[in-house]
Order: sequence, then structure tokens, then C-alpha cells
Amino acid sequence: MIQLEQVGKVYRTEKIETLALADVNISIPQGAFVSIMGPSGCGKSTLLNMMGLLDQPSDGEVRISGQNMSHMGDGDLARFRNQHIGFVFQSFHLIPDLKVIDNVEIPLLYRSLTHKERTRLAHAALDRVGLSSRVDHFPSQLSGGQQQRVAIARAIVGEPSYILADEPTGNLDSQMGDQVMGILEGLNEERQATIVMVTHDEEMAKRSHRIIRLFDGRQVDA
Amino acid sequence: MILNAIKIALKVLARRKFFTFISLFGTSFTLIVLVVVAALLDIFIRPGGPERNMPRMLGLYQCVMKSEGGNSTWSGSPGYRFLSRHVKTMQSPEKITIFSSHNTVSIYEGTDKYNIGLRHTDATYWEVLDFRFIEGVPFDAHHEQQASQVAVINQQTKERFFGSGSALGETIEIDGQTFEVIGVVENVPATNRSAYADVWVPIPTKKNRDYLDAMMGGFNALLLARSRSDFPAIKREYAAVLQQIDWPDPHGDFEMLGGVDTPLEVMARKFFNETEEGEVSTGVLTAVMSLAALIFMLLPSMNLTNINLSRIMERASEIGIRKSFGANSRHLVLQFVIENLVLTAIAGLIGFLGAYVILWSITQSDLFAYATFSPNFRVFAAGLLLILVFGTMSGVYPAWKMARMHPVYALKGGQS
Repeated sequence: MIQLEQVGKVYRTEKIETLALADVNISIPQGAFVSIMGPSGCGKSTLLNMMGLLDQPSDGEVRISGQNMSHMGDGDLARFRNQHIGFVFQSFHLIPDLKVIDNVEIPLLYRSLTHKERTRLAHAALDRVGLSSRVDHFPSQLSGGQQQRVAIARAIVGEPSYILADEPTGNLDSQMGDQVMGILEGLNEERQATIVMVTHDEEMAKRSHRIIRLFDGRQVDA
Repeated sequence: MILNAIKIALKVLARRKFFTFISLFGTSFTLIVLVVVAALLDIFIRPGGPERNMPRMLGLYQCVMKSEGGNSTWSGSPGYRFLSRHVKTMQSPEKITIFSSHNTVSIYEGTDKYNIGLRHTDATYWEVLDFRFIEGVPFDAHHEQQASQVAVINQQTKERFFGSGSALGETIEIDGQTFEVIGVVENVPATNRSAYADVWVPIPTKKNRDYLDAMMGGFNALLLARSRSDFPAIKREYAAVLQQIDWPDPHGDFEMLGGVDTPLEVMARKFFNETEEGEVSTGVLTAVMSLAALIFMLLPSMNLTNINLSRIMERASEIGIRKSFGANSRHLVLQFVIENLVLTAIAGLIGFLGAYVILWSITQSDLFAYATFSPNFRVFAAGLLLILVFGTMSGVYPAWKMARMHPVYALKGGQS
């Protein structure tokens, strides 16, 4: 379960203060598929980063699986992300110098696994997203949809409990977007993975169990 | 983790060919120059061959003779009279040898003309320097006293004039004089300043007797100490000798200046043009050479740091990705340091092979006759270590800086 209590985020520079989130209270149960919607700049990605422990709230608490994350150090946060969270980004964020298989293996590098075990898991994840035949390709040799499927394989290779997707279909055409949504839905149904997805697309959002709406950093509908 | 980091490093380097080429070129070129220059310097400072005892020797290659008031100055190699009457009689060295400078003379065989290197030496020369005799013996004090027309020749001269058989008892005609060959030695590298020649004959066989009265010109001396700890005493005695010279013209009011030097001191004397000083300091020369080497190393290292910094900035997004999926700062620093170490190791290998090929080419060429140049492992190791330190530092700092970057900013390519 992901719980956000009274979460606020303020970005401060020497001259200005920007309120990104204020008084957000959200509880997402295990196995849920939740969409976060709202206009650009309303704090959707900031909220997702809080849930993914990539950013710390200025106020309030973030609890995941019952643990209060506010007091964890960088090392513990990194370990928690590695064990429990998988990310899918709008712009895929694959490492161009590495082959598909090596990109997918990245989360496993920071676990105590043998090379053979890492390769086996990476192949299984690529098989899950239908890209077994592209293991030795470089990202630049793949289409946008294929790159996003590689990113999903990377997100699920460590079998995390939570998958956080930031506009996963934002850079894809409708057909490819549909394919990616299908994979996310399958993961949610078959593996009971909790999925939180930021999206602008109302149609995609409707396919999730619940929609959280933000406006100017505030939760307007839960 | 480390094996995997090496694997990733190799993949990244293979993909970023231009960066890899620039980095490898800079580092390996620096190492090549360093090792080649060091090998060239080393062979002059520690010559080997017959001069392998050079660490126990002081050389007298140059002195300055001045008239009172400094109206007239003669600078150059010392003369036989000065060396035989004043230097040869010194007590603190174990042995002292006098020998002529290397002279090139022509030998004719039929219509063919050959240029050979000739030296006139005393008998002690063969005791001070460690020649390897292939056959025969050196000339001795008796030959020297009798001005015997005998010669020691090197292997190449023997093969050229006498073929593969024995040369002992054969004669060789040099500048109108006929010498009997009594010994054949291995070829001496041209880098042996005092030993290098093709033919060696006793000093008294010189046709022109003017050398007997010359205070300046044409000769050198080597002073063999029992140990290096005797050097200060020898230098003091030589300084005292210069104060008590028996000049041919007692009314001439001359003075003799200079000193006896180790090979490094010879270099320092030339470098700083300190021809008149009794003693020269090698500290400044060593410091200047070390500083030059350091600056030479520093420039590519700074360049590498700069390349590393810009390269790592390009990889901010990768750092963000890795952090998102569980990498901590230690993982990231380790990865970038290993990338640098892999790069440096490859550059080191190329540098060493490059230096080896260049030194082999110099050896094969006739630039320095009979000399064999080989890489100095200590210099190579020191150079590699320095580059490794600079390379690691150049990788660690940007990696450490980037590893601390907020993952959200890193994902945006380091932009807020």
C-alpha cells in the first residue's frame, strides 16, 4: 500500500518559492491500478516522484508497505527502490550505449545475483513484453513502442510490488499506446502489481481502477 | 559488481569510439614519449656495457684554463700533461685512466675506404672499464712504456678486415702506422662516452708528440672510486690539485677550473653552462626534468579530466536511470572509476607497446651504433601510476559530483 499523508512540496530558490503540492492525502491499496490526471504543471510528476522515493516531501509523510520513508537515508531509499519499485518514463530513458538485454538487467545489477540469473530474468521480462527477438539490439534500432516495451521489461524484471509510470503512452501513437496499456493491465491482473500511472489521456485513464485529479498542486478528486 | 562494471565499461568505450580514441591517444602518447625519453636519458646516465661500473666513477671531460685576470680563456677537454702529471697522481681514487677523445680516422683496404673510431689509451683503461674480450688480451703497462704498435679492435672491425677467423697476430694499418692485433672485444655502444671506439691503441704510439706538453685538449680521464662514498674526498683532492699546478710557463699566471663529475653532473654542467665551477648541483636539473615530466603528464591528464567531466555530464540521464533503479552513490562512483581504470589500462598497454616499437626502431637504426634501447619498467610504471592517479581523480570527482545529484534532476539530463 502507498499512503501519502498531508504531503506538500515547495521548491525554493533564492528569489522565489514554488508550491508544487499541498495537503495531498492518498491511499493506494496493493494491487490497485490508479491514474493521476491534471493539467501540465499541476504536480502530477512531482507526486509520482514522491511515491517512487525519487523526491522528498517538504511536508507530510510517505508510507509504502507500512514503512515511513521520511527518515530513510539515501542508501536505504536506493535499496527500497531496487527491491520494490519499477519505473516507466515518458521518454523511455533507456541507456543508448547498452543493448536491450543490458538495459533490462540494470535493476538486477544492484542485487546479489549471478550473471546467469540476471540474463535469465531479463530474457523472461523481454519475453513478457514480446521483445525476445530484440535482445541484442541497441535502443536506437527500435521503434518508440518497442523502446517503451523495453522500459516496461526493465521496470518489471525485478518483480517489484509497485510500478510507477509517468505518461507511458505520451510519446506513442494510439496503436502502440494501446499495446503498452495492455501490458500494464496484464501485469496488474496477473501479478497483482500496484500500478500508478500519470497520464493526460482520459481514455487511457478510464482503463484504470481509479483516477486521482490534481489542480495547482492540490488534489481535487479522489 | 566489479566484473559487470568492467563489462559495461568495455561496452561504453566500444560504443563511444571518438571519445575512446581521443582518451587512448592522449594517454598512450604521453606514456610513449615519457618512456622513450627516459630510456634515452637512462642509457646516458647508466650506460651499461664496458661502462657498467660508471656508478663508481667520476669523469673529467672538460676544464677551463684562464690567464690571470681572465683575459684569455680556453675551454674544452683537458690535455695529457695536466692529466698525467696532476690527475693520474691523485691518491683518493682506486684507479685512474687517461684516454683520448674519440677520433674518426680513415682506413683503406684496396680502393675501399672505411671510417673507424680510434682511441689512444693507457693500460689502466682496461682495468677501469669492463670490456668483454672475445679473443686475446688488452695491452698492458709494458706495451705502454715501450710504445708498442699493438691494438685492440672491436668485433665489427675484426669481421670487416679479417673475416670470421682469428684476428690475433694480424696487422691493421691506421694513418700510416701498422698495429698488431692482440685483442678483440665485443662492440661497444655509442652511448658509452668513454669506451666507444672501433680500435684502441697505446697513447705513446701517437705520431705527433705535442700532446706531451699540452695542458688542454684531446684527452679525458676516468677516476674509479672504491665506493660512491669516496666521491666527496676525490672531488676535494681534485680541487686541491687545481691549486697546485706545475705550469710549463711559470710566469704565465694561469689557473685551471672545473670539476670531476658523475654522468648526471656532466649533464647539469652542460645544461646550466657551469664550466668553471668545481662542483655542480644536480638537484636543480633533477627538479627541472621532473617538473617538465610532470607538466607533460599534467596536460593530457587535465585534458582527460575535461573530457571526463563533459562526458559524464552527457550521462546525467544514465545516472538518474541507475539511481531510479537502485544504484547508490558508491555503485556509481565505482562504475565510473572502473571505466577510467579500464581506459587507462588499455592506454598503458598501447603506450608500452608503442614505446617498445620506437625503442626497437632506434636500436635497429644506426643513430647510436651498437646501442640497445629498451623500455625502463620503473619509468613506465611510474608514468602509468601517475596517469592512473590523474585518470582516477578525473573520473572520481565528476562521478562523485554526479552521484550526489538529485535523481529527478539527473533524469532530466542534469537540468532543473
